Amino acid sequence: MFEAILNIVIAGLIMGGIYALIAVGLSLQYGVGRVLNISHGEFIMLGAFATWSLYTLLGVSPLISLIICGPFLFLLGFLIHRTLFQYLRDKSESMGAFADSSLLASFGLLFIIQNIALLIWKADLRGYSYLNTPVSIFGAIFTANRIVALLFAVTISLAFYLFLTHTRMGKAIRASAEDPMTAQVMGVNIHRMLAICFGLGALMAGFAGPLISMMYEIQPTMGIEYTIIAIIVVVLGGLGSITGSLIGGFSLGLVGSIVTYFNPGLSLIAYYVIFILLLLIRPTGILGK
Amino acid sequence: MEGLNVITKRPVTVGAVLLILILLAVMPFYAKPYPVISLTNILMYIILTVSWVIFSGPTHYISLASAAFFGVGIYTSALLGKILPLPLVVVAGGFASFILALFIGLLTLRLRGMYFIIFTFSISELIRHFLLWWETNVEGTVGRWVVMVSHNTVYYIILIIFVMTMLMAYLMRQSRFGLALRCIGEQEEAAIHIGINATIVKTLTFAISATFMGASGAIMATRWTYIDPRIAFDPHLSFMPVLMAIFGGTGHLYGPLFGAAIFAYLEEILTTKFPYYYMLFFGAILIVVILFLPHGFFGLIQKRWKGGSK
Amino acid sequence: MYQVDFEINPGEVVGLIGPNGAGKTTLFNLISGFLPITVGEIRYKGQKINGLNPHQICWKGVARTFQSTKLFAGMTVFENVVSASLFGSKRTVSLFKAERETMELLEFVDLLSVRTMLAKDLPIAHQKRLEVARALATKPDLLMFDEVMAGLNPVEVQEAMGLVAKIRDRGITIFMIEHVMKAIMEVCDRIIVLHHGSKIAEGRPEEVANSPKVIEVYLGE
Repeated sequence: MFEAILNIVIAGLIMGGIYALIAVGLSLQYGVGRVLNISHGEFIMLGAFATWSLYTLLGVSPLISLIICGPFLFLLGFLIHRTLFQYLRDKSESMGAFADSSLLASFGLLFIIQNIALLIWKADLRGYSYLNTPVSIFGAIFTANRIVALLFAVTISLAFYLFLTHTRMGKAIRASAEDPMTAQVMGVNIHRMLAICFGLGALMAGFAGPLISMMYEIQPTMGIEYTIIAIIVVVLGGLGSITGSLIGGFSLGLVGSIVTYFNPGLSLIAYYVIFILLLLIRPTGILGK
Repeated sequence: MEGLNVITKRPVTVGAVLLILILLAVMPFYAKPYPVISLTNILMYIILTVSWVIFSGPTHYISLASAAFFGVGIYTSALLGKILPLPLVVVAGGFASFILALFIGLLTLRLRGMYFIIFTFSISELIRHFLLWWETNVEGTVGRWVVMVSHNTVYYIILIIFVMTMLMAYLMRQSRFGLALRCIGEQEEAAIHIGINATIVKTLTFAISATFMGASGAIMATRWTYIDPRIAFDPHLSFMPVLMAIFGGTGHLYGPLFGAAIFAYLEEILTTKFPYYYMLFFGAILIVVILFLPHGFFGLIQKRWKGGSK
Repeated sequence: MYQVDFEINPGEVVGLIGPNGAGKTTLFNLISGFLPITVGEIRYKGQKINGLNPHQICWKGVARTFQSTKLFAGMTVFENVVSASLFGSKRTVSLFKAERETMELLEFVDLLSVRTMLAKDLPIAHQKRLEVARALATKPDLLMFDEVMAGLNPVEVQEAMGLVAKIRDRGITIFMIEHVMKAIMEVCDRIIVLHHGSKIAEGRPEEVANSPKVIEVYLGE
């Protein structure tokens, strides 16, 4: 009994860690930049596949790839925002119009990135074996790679949380999320901040992708499911609250773990049901304004 | 004295429309099966896109539930196809979608912007995943067979639905109801303060647009004959109408029609000749249109030719 | 809202003033049905109207303008008013009648010459007048102005005051939020003062202007 609960909790934390990372990423892009980046999952997918390629072709450890992919995707995100989304932002007549057009533009990105991935890696499932040895934690058994993924996810989340609360840049980001006008008056270069936040969102994707590839098989069409989960977690945690995304991520992971224990096929459905109920009853989420 | 915006009914326009309809109607008699099938597909996309614009155009609420309504039509066909005659099945498909849309609308039309978009997408996906789970675990077999119908019959029914959809789109723009919808889309808070019951107007419009999607789903199912949740509720069918509408331009009656026609034709060519590149192509077009053609292709043409009259 | 209790009599022009954040627009939103009331009651011509939807309250004869204009920006001046004419009453109005009423109203507010312009292309003074015309098109008995003179230069303020007087002469009761003191003092029969959601003073303009409570609230801000 105890073993089963431990199994569920740890599995939930493992999933939750990933969910938290990708949700924080999306939250940064939406909370500050007001871009609902539907191609977020594609960045995750890129990180996952880059890791796979580096490992199977060059033997590079996924943990090293993580350090490569993260910054690389940060740069990609930064540039995409600086060019595409900044242009749309300048041209839009209202925030509402910008919200629509940026959403549609990110759709375009989704198509483009996914197609490029399909061209490079083809549509098949890919996987690799890394740190596959079983590890026992008080009787619950997991493969080492999952525990490592959990540790990394938690560490990155914590580090990011500290970054947001204790550094000047972090405070600037939070200020920009809550009140862009005032932040600008206080000297924040808002254009650069928006691009940085978008880039940071991609950074999170760049971290999550490699971790996911360690644990699961991947394919180029995997992105959209992660995007949806990220959206659900962001709304669950409260729009605009990064802490909310962290808490929401782990919470949803636990829920998923519990549901999977009873019926594996139902976890995504459970997420959708929770999400729909959330939107109807409390759209502001757990920590939302 | 100026009235509401009226599409100038010049005899040339009416004549041209009638001519095209007649040509479309007699097509099966002189064309080979392949163009008829191709045209059926294109008409389906036009119906989806024009219906989508009926609601999402004026209100700017981007709905991603089109797949849900289309899928409901498909499943209606699968479930009732052996019991009812074909015309009733199509009507039933439309009706089922109407009801679903009423339900969704009443629940969620108070959700704004992003929430509405995601909610409509989630409903569609929830239905898809749930049916897949149900068929796998409860029924044991995934998918159903649908009564087959001749290509020409499918074509004619789609043609009829197409005409009705265009008629409805036209009526919506001309009528008071359409004006109320435009007011809601422009400034909802003000609209309710001048006496417009926004909830009813939005919900009804949403339901009307869903009806045509459902009806077309019901008839297309007979073309595909085998359907399962993945085919019926394919998110592709939620995204494409949006893409096509944006491309064609949502501010005009014919914008979505041309957008859908061109895109659907492009999709056919691309999926046969360059199956590995068409998403890339569509994505690029989407971004280009959003960046440089905010009023869509048709908007651009309008500006060049007529200087703004609708 | 904390403590508000007042009456408006037919034909009056009542002003509503108070420092920013006092809750004036919120009060309007409660009356128009846009926000719900938790405690208390709003009665209009003897009938309870809290709990009704805004469009129903509009049909009963209450109309308003907005602090930041909420015009139908992409529609023409004419369309803005004719919409209100068509939908503003419970009974169906014929298009012919609505168009005729619209033309009259546009002449009343002196916007006839720009009736084919898009609302978003109008200068601010015209936009305010358009909002007034649109509100009038719903045939109200009570018209609530929310800072209808904000952003106007002195000449335009004078014109706006004239318009308010003309509307009063038509028999319409007016309830107006205003920061332009000169206008309030000259046009209103009575003034209500709001502060932190509560009514702190009420009376004729001279009384209110000299009330120590009111002076303290404004100087203290």
